[in-house]
Amino acid sequence: MDFTLKIWRQQNASDSGKFVGYPVKNISPDASILETMDILNNELVRKGEDPVAFDHDCREGICGSCGLVINGRAHGPGRGAATCEVRMRIFKDGSTITIEPWRAKAFPIIKDLVVDRTALDRIMQAGGYISAKTGGVPDGNAIPIPRHIAEEAMDAAACIGCGACVAACPNSSAMLFVSAKVSQLALLPQGKPERRERVMRMTAQMDKEGFGNCSNTYACEAECPKKISVLHIARLNREYLRATVA
Amino acid sequence: MTLESKIPSGPIEKKWDTHQFNMKLVNPANKRKYTIIVVGTGLAGASAAASLAELGYNVLAFSYHESARRAHSIAAQGGINAPKNYPNDGDSIWRLFYDTVKGGDYRAREANVYRLAQVSNSIIDQCVAQGVPFARDYAGYLDNRSFGGAQVSRTFYARGQTGQQLLLGAYSALCRQMDTGKVKFFDRREMLDLVVVDGQARGIVCRNLKTGAIESYAGNAVVLATGGYGNVFYLSTNAKASNGTAVWRAYKRGALFGNPCFTQIHPTCIPVSGDYQSKLTLMSESLRNDGRIWVPKNKGDKRPPNEIPESERDYYLERLYPSFGNLVPRDVASRRAKEMCDQGRGVGSSGQAVYLDFADALKRLGRAEIVEKYGNLFDMYHEITAEDPYVVPMRIYPAVHYTMGGLWVDYNLMSTIPGLYIIGEANFSDHGANRLGASALMQGLADGYFILPYTIGDYLASAKFPAVGTDAPAFKEVERGIEEMTKKLLSIKGKKVVDDFHKELAKIMWDYVGMGRNKAGLQKALETIPKIREEFWRNVSVTGAGNELNNELEKAGRVADYLELAELMALDALHREESCGGHFREECQTEEGEALRNDNQFCYVAAWEFAGVGKASVLRKEPLAFEYVKPSQRSYK
Repeated sequence: MDFTLKIWRQQNASDSGKFVGYPVKNISPDASILETMDILNNELVRKGEDPVAFDHDCREGICGSCGLVINGRAHGPGRGAATCEVRMRIFKDGSTITIEPWRAKAFPIIKDLVVDRTALDRIMQAGGYISAKTGGVPDGNAIPIPRHIAEEAMDAAACIGCGACVAACPNSSAMLFVSAKVSQLALLPQGKPERRERVMRMTAQMDKEGFGNCSNTYACEAECPKKISVLHIARLNREYLRATVA
Repeated sequence: MTLESKIPSGPIEKKWDTHQFNMKLVNPANKRKYTIIVVGTGLAGASAAASLAELGYNVLAFSYHESARRAHSIAAQGGINAPKNYPNDGDSIWRLFYDTVKGGDYRAREANVYRLAQVSNSIIDQCVAQGVPFARDYAGYLDNRSFGGAQVSRTFYARGQTGQQLLLGAYSALCRQMDTGKVKFFDRREMLDLVVVDGQARGIVCRNLKTGAIESYAGNAVVLATGGYGNVFYLSTNAKASNGTAVWRAYKRGALFGNPCFTQIHPTCIPVSGDYQSKLTLMSESLRNDGRIWVPKNKGDKRPPNEIPESERDYYLERLYPSFGNLVPRDVASRRAKEMCDQGRGVGSSGQAVYLDFADALKRLGRAEIVEKYGNLFDMYHEITAEDPYVVPMRIYPAVHYTMGGLWVDYNLMSTIPGLYIIGEANFSDHGANRLGASALMQGLADGYFILPYTIGDYLASAKFPAVGTDAPAFKEVERGIEEMTKKLLSIKGKKVVDDFHKELAKIMWDYVGMGRNKAGLQKALETIPKIREEFWRNVSVTGAGNELNNELEKAGRVADYLELAELMALDALHREESCGGHFREECQTEEGEALRNDNQFCYVAAWEFAGVGKASVLRKEPLAFEYVKPSQRSYK
């Protein structure tokens, strides 16, 4: 298959950046979009040109490193897959594919398609944990947890922290990300002692980082590679309300 | 140099307890006077960094990722072992110890393995306390499943994302310590060298991957938790950035490398489909609980699988190993798959695959239960191959997955350089010549949560630490070395790209240092690798500059190291004239094609000492004694 990759190139944070079109030829339909970019990059290096910088690592949709806006969609067309899982067979032969970085105030561009998502880590540092020290904890079976609760917590815990929810949201809100952690830990008995402080601190940090608020467009759920439900945002709101009135 | 394993005396079940009591302690008020550098923040590194900070040490943690949550531990699918015996099926610490020593084909240190089995139960408790949502039964208790090499169900899991959930648990503990300020986290930093001052590991020099700046950090001890080097094979189940640079450069500074040739080839991966391919995807071993592996009985049978009648299928693992069946250890399953394909009975367009069939399980359990147990794996398979595994059997083939070899450590997890500790996959220690499934997560967390935090205190309390800052000449010299290497790589401006060399090396490694090895092939590898290396340093093209984010430069440094490490792997494989676990020398096999060990000559850890690039490394031996699990021909019949 042949394509034109129209890629956002930006030398560094202060550069204004622009789109550049690159033709790629004889691509296998089974190749992933990142493998197609590998091929392009090796061609660029052979010509002595600067290859396109992009984040990636596990290439099996779990590490959350990769994140490209492809044809206007975070992680590309299709649902429930990260960028690295997007295969060329889903694109029309001969088409132009537009590739951009995540765009959000809280995700400054480092180079080309690489953005700085450490804001998400700082939110996690603001209480996105249970304060259990190593050692001195009870036996794993000491607290039975109803299966449906454990499963629901797992649905939320499946978040890979890629930031697609932020990129997809018209307000660049990180509510789905934050809610996934708040919801997971609020559901589990181990997380309940710190639930009040956790939700207050994490949401305060979220605001401080410059993420927007939620206006219920559900774009985050639509683009989430792990199909995290917006119902967790509802639980986040409830947790927040509960913390402010309790 | 003599290798002192420092295994404590006494009966095996008392060694760790006795040792914990005998080790020196650092007074709580004095802990804040020590700085510990932790490189790598996957399962082992994050758990160690968090636990050390909780104790009161100052921790500097480094990752080449933007966040600790991106480490490749995240991709582990199937589970983590612990002999809780919740299923009441006769499990015990002793049985996990026995299974692991046997599974490793009697090439691991008994005392280490016993300790691993001992602390593994605490890991489950710790993770539950952190909020890891392990699978539970309808009563709300923790569920278990079976993995290869064991006849009990001792594997705890969180769907097919156990590694992710455990890493996020360790990451949350790390976040908590970053919040308190006890851990200072340095993102997008790649360690490029170790700094040794007066014989002690005192710091590291790394490259800031965002800015290209070369930065030095000093401390009282250095912990490497930098994972394995399976990517030397280019195609592997490892993440793209996983690399051997930190351990290799520590090796060049004097740390010995243990059993470099012990590589695990995982039996159930999605087969290679083309040249463009950048990595291979694992299908969790847990699938072998319900999937049945088969090939056609007749060579070259190209019919679609559903047209091949039951009577013309060979469920070869069930036939050869009636008691373990599809759940034989990984090395055995991989080797047999290769054998079937070598016989011309492989399937798929390349003939380099076998079927993993769920038809029976779907009939027996129903689709809903299969979705619940393996749904995400089936989806992943479907996504990659465009084939629906609910309808057509999966095609699988072995792929490089894990390296049992790594830097040599003593019982305290300290390398041959005082103050340099190696934990997780980066060390050589607990898995011998073959790792059992669901044991990597166990070992990484055992090292990080429950072993290193104790043993490192003993060193800090006993050693003397002259004041050393990053302005010391030793740091400046190392920095200069790195700057020169960067300059050199950027100035060659050759005709080939980094990937060309990596793929060339990978072909040699897969063909001659892969699943089947023999003397002639290994000699050929040893002749060829230096030639590729020589051409690399003459003809590689690395674009861009040193003082910016430069992915090509990062790759080039890693491949430069693989081109040296690969040679050591081949040398080790050539010297070990026996078959054991994942190391299969074709000359050494039983009549039934099983690995044939030579305990008289090779019952030792091969620890190699650096002697200069292009010069043969020097072999040091640590003899292994098996007092509790007597070596025998491994049988899974």
